[in-house]
Amino acid sequence: MPKLTVNDIEVEVEPGTTVLQACEEAGFEIPRFCYHERLSIAGNCRMCLVEMENSPKPIASCAITAADGMTIRTNTEMVKKAREGVLEFLLINHPLDCPICDQGGECDLQDETMAYGLGTNRFAENKRAVTEKHMGPLIKTIMTRCIHCTRCIRFAEEVAGVTELGAIYRGEDTQITTYLEHAMKSELQGNVIDLCPVGALTSKPYAFTARSWELTKTPSVDVMDAVGSSIRVDSRGTEVMRILPRLNEAVNEEWISDKTRFAYDGLKYRRLDRPYVNKNGALTAVTWAEAFTAIAERLKGLKGSDIAAIMGDLNDVEGMAACRDLLAALGSDKVEGRPDGTKLESGVRAGYLFNTGIEGIEQADLCLLVGTDPRHEASIINARLLKATRHSGLKVAHIGPEADLTYPVEELGDDAAILTQIRQGKHPFSKRLEAAERPMIIVGQGALVRDDGAEILKRARDLAEKYGLVRDDWNGFNVLHTAAARVGALDLGLTTPEGAAGLLDAAESGGVKALFLMGTDEVDLSRAAKAFTVYIGSHGDAGLKAADVILPAAAYTEKNGLYVNTEGRVVEGFRAVSPPGEAREDWKILRALSEVMGHKLPYDNQTQLRQAIYERCPHMAVLEEKPTAEWGEFGAQGTVEAGPIAPVVTDFYRTNPIARASKTMAECSALKYGAADEQGATGTDG
Amino acid sequence: MLDDKDRIFRNLYGFQGWQVDAARKRGDWDGTAKLMANGPDWIVEQIKAAGLRGRGGAGFPAGVKWGFMPKQPDPARPNTLVINADESEPGTCKDREIMRHEPHKLIEGALLAGFAMRAPHAYIYIRGEYQAEARRLQAAIDEAYDKGLLGKNAAKSGYDFDLYLHQGAGAYICGEETALLESLEGNKGQPRIKPPFPANVGVWGYPTTVNNVETIAVVPTILRRGATWFTSFGRERNAGTKIFCISGHVERPCNVEEAMSIPLKELIERHAGGVRGGWDNLLAVIPGGSSVPCIPKSVCDDVLMDFDALKEVQSGLGTAAVIVMDKSTDIVRAIARISYFYKHESCGQCTPCREGAGWMWRVVNRMAEGRSSREEIDMLWDVSKQVEGHTICALGDAAAWPVQGLIRHFRDEIERRIDHYTAASAVAAE
Repeated sequence: MPKLTVNDIEVEVEPGTTVLQACEEAGFEIPRFCYHERLSIAGNCRMCLVEMENSPKPIASCAITAADGMTIRTNTEMVKKAREGVLEFLLINHPLDCPICDQGGECDLQDETMAYGLGTNRFAENKRAVTEKHMGPLIKTIMTRCIHCTRCIRFAEEVAGVTELGAIYRGEDTQITTYLEHAMKSELQGNVIDLCPVGALTSKPYAFTARSWELTKTPSVDVMDAVGSSIRVDSRGTEVMRILPRLNEAVNEEWISDKTRFAYDGLKYRRLDRPYVNKNGALTAVTWAEAFTAIAERLKGLKGSDIAAIMGDLNDVEGMAACRDLLAALGSDKVEGRPDGTKLESGVRAGYLFNTGIEGIEQADLCLLVGTDPRHEASIINARLLKATRHSGLKVAHIGPEADLTYPVEELGDDAAILTQIRQGKHPFSKRLEAAERPMIIVGQGALVRDDGAEILKRARDLAEKYGLVRDDWNGFNVLHTAAARVGALDLGLTTPEGAAGLLDAAESGGVKALFLMGTDEVDLSRAAKAFTVYIGSHGDAGLKAADVILPAAAYTEKNGLYVNTEGRVVEGFRAVSPPGEAREDWKILRALSEVMGHKLPYDNQTQLRQAIYERCPHMAVLEEKPTAEWGEFGAQGTVEAGPIAPVVTDFYRTNPIARASKTMAECSALKYGAADEQGATGTDG
Repeated sequence: MLDDKDRIFRNLYGFQGWQVDAARKRGDWDGTAKLMANGPDWIVEQIKAAGLRGRGGAGFPAGVKWGFMPKQPDPARPNTLVINADESEPGTCKDREIMRHEPHKLIEGALLAGFAMRAPHAYIYIRGEYQAEARRLQAAIDEAYDKGLLGKNAAKSGYDFDLYLHQGAGAYICGEETALLESLEGNKGQPRIKPPFPANVGVWGYPTTVNNVETIAVVPTILRRGATWFTSFGRERNAGTKIFCISGHVERPCNVEEAMSIPLKELIERHAGGVRGGWDNLLAVIPGGSSVPCIPKSVCDDVLMDFDALKEVQSGLGTAAVIVMDKSTDIVRAIARISYFYKHESCGQCTPCREGAGWMWRVVNRMAEGRSSREEIDMLWDVSKQVEGHTICALGDAAAWPVQGLIRHFRDEIERRIDHYTAASAVAAE
């Protein structure tokens, strides 16, 4: 390991470390603009210049690999002059409009000018002005502020996998733009806002709405997909002003998808803020007490088997556990946690988790995607797959409808039967699987929601065993979920033999007379018209059209809650703002209702509720850790029907009620899919 | 004066044909296979012994550079020779004449140099504006292939060698070796950060050596006539002959091959007919292409034309493009024009050059009018120092040096203008 001296302090660093990192290790901060740990090295801002013994010129510390015996100085007059010089150059054509710049207060250029700048201005010429560029509904540009660090270009190319950003012209006329000023077509584009060290690329929806220092920052987790990305919710008063990523090497590194970042305005629209009861065909606003009484009256005399519940996609574990407990108290075990009809069963945990782990993808050398489009189902996982294809030589093959995943993919076809052929060794891909050292398979909901989903699951399981995907040191079997609530529901054992579709059949035929809907908006509830339905949810979405009683619930930014991501990692979200109006957390609503119905649930606060959950599911008590699940038998023996696998996410920007209520997401969706906002107003929007 | 028999480029002026037959009469392609039979290392040793320094401007010893190439190349990453024919330095027009009139010297040199560095192929990157030269050179390459001098068993040496010509699109920065490689790969011409140096990771990731046209074109003659013959010209460490491009206020601007270390005065008077109006009418000379600092007459009187002598007087040999300016020259205006060139040609990648080149141009431009202040001269000096040595490539230095040369030698002229302008505007204000 190379040993070098930085300002007389000796440090030993990993081979391949840059001089900049070595200086940081020795405890000396090196200012930088273009350098970013997760992007390739550009070396163009020249801010990180340091002095190296025996080098007449200062060296760019970000671009030089630390070598044995180097003597580096970061505190000399030469270095100070170099930094001042670079900052002066950056500032001469920078507009200095900090008071009206959204980056103000969190701007690298501001901070570094304060720390290393000259403090005076010698530039007597006119400043450069650059025309704004159109980059779509998410990114606002003020290109006069651009310092040409090219972080955005490198991000688009290397992490998002789209070659849409670039620099045109040259010299001081250089401009960063999208190709022909088209909107960016990436699900990760919002990250360039964080990467931009100045205010050239800022958030369009957030523009001029707040100053960074007046926001309350709450660490939390995202529920837009099953990745469980770590986020920071920035709020002011009762309003979420923006959502930013939080560093989490194991999950999202420091990226989040655009849905995670920009769907927050959906928290303001179409919100349910008071209880309603359907009185003679008209929804009437009522008090909580009236609503609870109405439910209690209607449920009186019903047998346990007459009552069922279907979960939604965004529920926290507490809400689902309380619902299960309430129905259990009423004598029903018909609580269904799989509204999308996935054929996964609780029980063997390895059978429904992303066992390799998101970080583990980087160790894999071959990946077979079955019925999944990770780019749109879990953009962050797709970014990892891209990273692995670029850096660790991962090869990806895909069974399912052809999709542009931003990296080279071998399309094997969209027929589910191909999986059988591979398992039997009759497909050319079998040889590749055999030869691979750390192969992985990702089974998506596109395959699992088919009628033969359980059989496909079994095929995939057998394939994993046959080709050594599951070993003591490696588990290459993965299920990719699309909903934040799903793994939690499976962990809680919320499955019914008949499934969500079966419950709805029963509701149609009168077998189920009362139905609890926990933010269930992704199923066809017109079939539940005959049953008495109680909708507990945050948004006026599809779910409440058939509802007889509506109970307003808190959204994910408004409550503390546990979620389990697709890896089985238990993550905790925190309350950043209060729920609107009379809305309450799911579990509190159910707890209050239980009391009115005479089946008081045995917990008075969230701690007690969690304790109850931990007793039944001890693994829930372990936060932020990827579990290693026991392998076992799962799936169902039977034939896999030949036939194409359909995609599950048809509109990336509108997969859940929050995103559907978001104007930003509607704009993105219209741009990408050309569809106008067709969802009718519910009377509660805006 | 260099004897005619010692000239390497006997057809520099195009009085004879450029085709292979005419070239053969001048000695090209004579016993090429025999030279190659001595082995690659012998060639490298010969070039090292001859002390051939790169003719593109930086003056790095060519033999040493070749020695950096892997001795056992990986077949998946073949060693590659790239010849820099992107001759864009203002004042420089030597490679143009070589490609026009002596293309076979370059082609034979490419084969020998390529063989010496174990490269199965070479690329010539020619500047976009050299359309006629590109056609001529391509014709010569085609001819060489026809005669079996290139391709399989090139020149009957048993070595397979391919030579490709690639035309640039006309950007000064693409003459910088790593920007050239980027451009050759089809990317935007922007210099790469070094290390890794091209000898490790060059074009398409292959180990690459980039050499100037003149450097490569003199190789066959050095090998034929021997290293001692070459070192008999010029001072120590500045061996050989060199094509000088004399332009500006001289009676007969010309390209001429001369021995290194010839006194500047002798060079101008003997070959270019002297300074217009006599030596005493000389104001300054830019001795090595527009990027090097100018030197005033007092220095020109006895300076020698080689790498070390010019470095001593805080200038440089560069490409040996001698730009002569007599006393009719508006020196500030002239440097302002050069500043504009560098501002225009900066690639925009790294901060000091992108922002500094434009700043310097604007200030010098005002100084040409006198619309400035005495303090601003020091500021300009400071800014030029902030650019110099802080950039990815040498274009930042090239933008800073002419300005530094101006301030170093003609500060009084700038001050005179400033005072004049200040006085004039004071009168106007009254």
